[in-house]
Amino acid sequence: MKVPVSWLREVAGLPADVTTEALAARLTEFDLKLEEIIGSGITGPLVVGQVLELVGEPQKNGKTINWCRLDVGSHNEPSVPDAPGEDRPSRGIVCGAHNFGVGDLVVVSLPGTHLPALGFEIGSRTTYGHVSDGMICSTRELGLPDDETSVDGILVLAADSAQPGDDAIALLALDEEVLDLEVNPDRAYALSLRGVGRDTALAYGLPFTDPADLPDETDGPAYPVRVEDPQACPVFTARVVTGIDPTRPSPGWMVRRLEQAGMRSISLAVDVSNYVMLELGQPTHAYDRAKLTGDIVVRRATDGERLVTLDDADRVLDPADLLICDDSGPIGLAGVMGGASTEIDADTIDVVIEAAHFDPPTIFRSGRRHRLTSEAGKRNERGVDPALPAGASRRVAELLAELGGGVIEPGLTVVGEFAPRRPVTIPASLPSRVTGVDIAPETVVAALEGNGCSVETDGFTITATAPGWRFDLADPYDLVEEALRVVGYDQVPSVLPTASGGRGLTRSQQLQRRVGHVLAGLGLTEVKTFPFAGPADLDRLGIEPDDERRRQVLLENPLSTEEPGLTTTLLVGMLRALSLNIGRGHEDVAISEIGRVFRPRPDAPDAPIYGVERRPSAEELAALDAALPAQPFTVAWALTGDRRRRSWDAPGRPATWADAIAVGRRVADALHVHLEVQQAELAPFHPGRCAAFVLDGRVIGHAGELHPNVCTAHTVPERSVAGEIDLDALIAAAPAIGPRPDFSVFPVAKEDLALVVDRTVPAEQVRARLVDADPLVESVRLFDVYEGDQVPAGKRSLAFSLRLRAADRTLEDADIKAARQAAVAAVEPLGAALR
Amino acid sequence: MSAPNSDFDPVEVTALRADEVERVRDEAIAAIAAADSLAALKQARIDHVGDRSPLALANREIGALPPQARKDAGRRVGQAKGAVTQALAARTAELEALEEQRRLVEETVDVTLPTDADLVGARHPITTIQEHVADIFVAMGWEIAEGPEVEAEWLNFDALNLGPDHPARTMQDTFWVTPERAALVLRTHTSPVQARTMLTRTPPIYIACPGRVFRTDEPDATHAPVFHQVEGLAIDEGLSMAHLKGTLDHLAAAIYGPGITTRFRPSYFPFTEPSAEVDLLCYVCQGAPDAVADCGTCRGEGWIEWGGCGVVNPRVLVACGVDPERYSGFAFGMGLDRTITSRYDIADLRDLWDGDVRFTAPFGVGL
Repeated sequence: MKVPVSWLREVAGLPADVTTEALAARLTEFDLKLEEIIGSGITGPLVVGQVLELVGEPQKNGKTINWCRLDVGSHNEPSVPDAPGEDRPSRGIVCGAHNFGVGDLVVVSLPGTHLPALGFEIGSRTTYGHVSDGMICSTRELGLPDDETSVDGILVLAADSAQPGDDAIALLALDEEVLDLEVNPDRAYALSLRGVGRDTALAYGLPFTDPADLPDETDGPAYPVRVEDPQACPVFTARVVTGIDPTRPSPGWMVRRLEQAGMRSISLAVDVSNYVMLELGQPTHAYDRAKLTGDIVVRRATDGERLVTLDDADRVLDPADLLICDDSGPIGLAGVMGGASTEIDADTIDVVIEAAHFDPPTIFRSGRRHRLTSEAGKRNERGVDPALPAGASRRVAELLAELGGGVIEPGLTVVGEFAPRRPVTIPASLPSRVTGVDIAPETVVAALEGNGCSVETDGFTITATAPGWRFDLADPYDLVEEALRVVGYDQVPSVLPTASGGRGLTRSQQLQRRVGHVLAGLGLTEVKTFPFAGPADLDRLGIEPDDERRRQVLLENPLSTEEPGLTTTLLVGMLRALSLNIGRGHEDVAISEIGRVFRPRPDAPDAPIYGVERRPSAEELAALDAALPAQPFTVAWALTGDRRRRSWDAPGRPATWADAIAVGRRVADALHVHLEVQQAELAPFHPGRCAAFVLDGRVIGHAGELHPNVCTAHTVPERSVAGEIDLDALIAAAPAIGPRPDFSVFPVAKEDLALVVDRTVPAEQVRARLVDADPLVESVRLFDVYEGDQVPAGKRSLAFSLRLRAADRTLEDADIKAARQAAVAAVEPLGAALR
Repeated sequence: MSAPNSDFDPVEVTALRADEVERVRDEAIAAIAAADSLAALKQARIDHVGDRSPLALANREIGALPPQARKDAGRRVGQAKGAVTQALAARTAELEALEEQRRLVEETVDVTLPTDADLVGARHPITTIQEHVADIFVAMGWEIAEGPEVEAEWLNFDALNLGPDHPARTMQDTFWVTPERAALVLRTHTSPVQARTMLTRTPPIYIACPGRVFRTDEPDATHAPVFHQVEGLAIDEGLSMAHLKGTLDHLAAAIYGPGITTRFRPSYFPFTEPSAEVDLLCYVCQGAPDAVADCGTCRGEGWIEWGGCGVVNPRVLVACGVDPERYSGFAFGMGLDRTITSRYDIADLRDLWDGDVRFTAPFGVGL
């Protein structure tokens, strides 16, 4: 809400010694938050000048210009020989207007002055054969209202009211400021000078005179009105003003205030309506009476009805839209925008003024439906004082009479009436209890009365009935807020509460942190990516049409049509980030992310919408959760380039599929979860270089080398690698405590076994059998894989290092021999033989 | 070895004379001392302690002495040998130490060679700040609550006193899940976690919920469709706005350092009444009169907008099954992304989301 400061001072009766800055700070304390103080935009040198000489010079185009010599005090040039009359310190200026003469005091904009009304900076220029060293200003050019003496002419200051050279900006208050205030939804009343003025008066303890309190003599109805939907339109008033002179312009002061408030001047009738809306907060609408046919009817739209609104949009109406109609059909979208067919124009003489109160949600929905915002709609959808229409209508009529020469016809049509608000009773101690500030009951009463409530109190309870413009004072705590606003939010003391003793982080929170640390320890850099994805992203990953990752949770209003839904795999983001890093010139990149993926539940019901009068039952709450998609956390990683970079002590070691799998294993190890690694085939991985992570028979993730096509599609180097695991599943499987340490202190025996086995037999199968081959086997580690001339075709040699140890004794040679034989025997069923 | 001296019975053998034994001993000790390497020392040992050394030869002559002289001569030779052996051991240790020293000097490396071959991991600053803030709450005895990101419309709005026609719904640009009748949204704040907690637990409740939230803002330097918040909720008997202030002051000091306090400005949120915006004393200039005007962090204000807060609206308590006659509470929320961007002077919010490793790397594994 843009509030011209001078207007506010007038409405609130604010003393002149309160500065704009102080006022803004005080209003911010009063829940009218300052966005900014807007200056007039006028910058000098704008000074008072006295006309010393004036010579009329007729021009070929028939005009006569005035070639003037002006005294501008300290801004004078020492000599202006070309200017008329005796040369002396002064300035020479050409002026086209004639309503001034020698000796007059005028306002001179010297070179460098900026006047927003002109839109450019004044300079020294040659015109009509003279160098004009500035400009003599008209009222309009200064953004000032016209008055009787200066309509369309130069502003002539009263004699002796100033000295040549005086700063005209200060003299004429041209630096007037506008407060741009943020108005919260609960303070719709502050979308008017009346509302901001009342709060200002309250904030400064000043008596307040409501500008809407206008004496009104009504004498029967003014125009026939029928309201078919009184719920949507509880109050509708109509008044008639006739004989308006359509040639009368809006006065300058009104235009200035409208412009300061961010509205354009259109015509007197429209400007008056807007001015009253700014002043009182009540939107009104003026219909050209000559264009109205029959009764005004307020009703809902019927299917297929259309209306051309004032913005020239031809709108198809919805049956829920509330309309103003006459015999011709719709003539306005109620409370939002009028229609073109009854618009005021240059020939309008008689008008019907509508001032009504509408149901805010109805107006809100209409505006949203038609994507239509207007100053009127903005106020009506938040709620306008239902007691205001008659007063506002009177104000409009009076201004039209005064400024447009119209005649206010007797009579006011009023349909419906304002139902008083429900009183709210609070214990007198409630404000103190809720705020922690000691607030005396008298203070509470005074605060509520200052807000316009009628208040009763017996010392123990306070009962307040809110005025029409306060929709928000409906609950006990609403009254508390008003009391605190007056006392000051800065009065709230600081007291640290003692919590009841928490249980610390949950196990799952601890483990998620642990995984984060492990990933960083593995040299992976954590990134965060947006969870949005689309078919093109899944295409780039080579994900098949029937893959369940193709089924996305879609959004009604995605930011980009390319990414219409939520992602089903973090690899989308991993590959985007990998690609970005490669594009920015990094060669060796290792990244990870922990985040949610989203999987729609087939046949999920819609989420219910419950009331808020009571807690939903357990079943009702379960129904909310049943509607949600699955959204587990997963952990994903991607590596490209060297895992260990080329250095002085060793050549670089590229990241391989094995590194990708190792990350998954290390994450699982950190949670003490055993994951089985199995050969798998799944996009986006290389079909021969993809591992599935299996937890108790269930696949919970994959890792490996990325398919070459996937690398190409993302412009990352071939053989880049990646992986992703369902972190929720992993955390759920983590035991409450890890394994106990279990080791023998007797001597170790080390045995190496080279086993020749079909290359199709997974090494992990061989290893697992060796581990279980004999109780003496402490550990088994594969340290070499050989394929080549030394072993038959189709086979490979796997070299394992076994450590043997007994829990209770030093091993004898016979023990070692037996364990070795048991190991060989254990792998025989896999076709493995000693090399 | 020479044969026993049977042909004659000399009383004196030259090699066993006291002065001769001393001479030989001194000669040996001198040779040992002169050896300047283990190899030279080995030669000295052969020459002076070996089988053919004068002392060994002298020892052999003892048998030739008359029995009464043997004891004396044996003691003399034995003492000499002992002295030589001792000198040898000492010198050996000396020379070994020297050789070791020399070898170690030769093994000197350039310790300034880089040790940067392994990639160094880092954690995203948002993760770290979330954990830091969570730790502060846990230290106060609060718990950390979580909830889904795709949330039921009722929990994101209605339960929080944001009815279907509430003007505030248009203030939050919501992502809606298809189809619209499914009544699901991407949560616009972490407040539904508060509602969920109240719905499933009985007071006293002291929880903080850090998390990711969504608004339909096109990403640019100052906007992102996804950002992070932390919200807090306390429901107990006798809680007031003063406890809210106390909690926020504590949090401000814990995150930004001692002396950083907060102030309230009146505001409006549907789920709190009274509501306030909370400002943080600028942690750079601390509002000091001589520094505030030039402070770029608070832009000369002395205060930084931090978040929103208030006393939980009793309507919210009712919808969530908490008895408003018995319990009251407060709630607050603030963005975490701005905490990072303003503290580290990050001009472009997109840096948080692009995944450039150079953004995360400087943060290491902790702020």
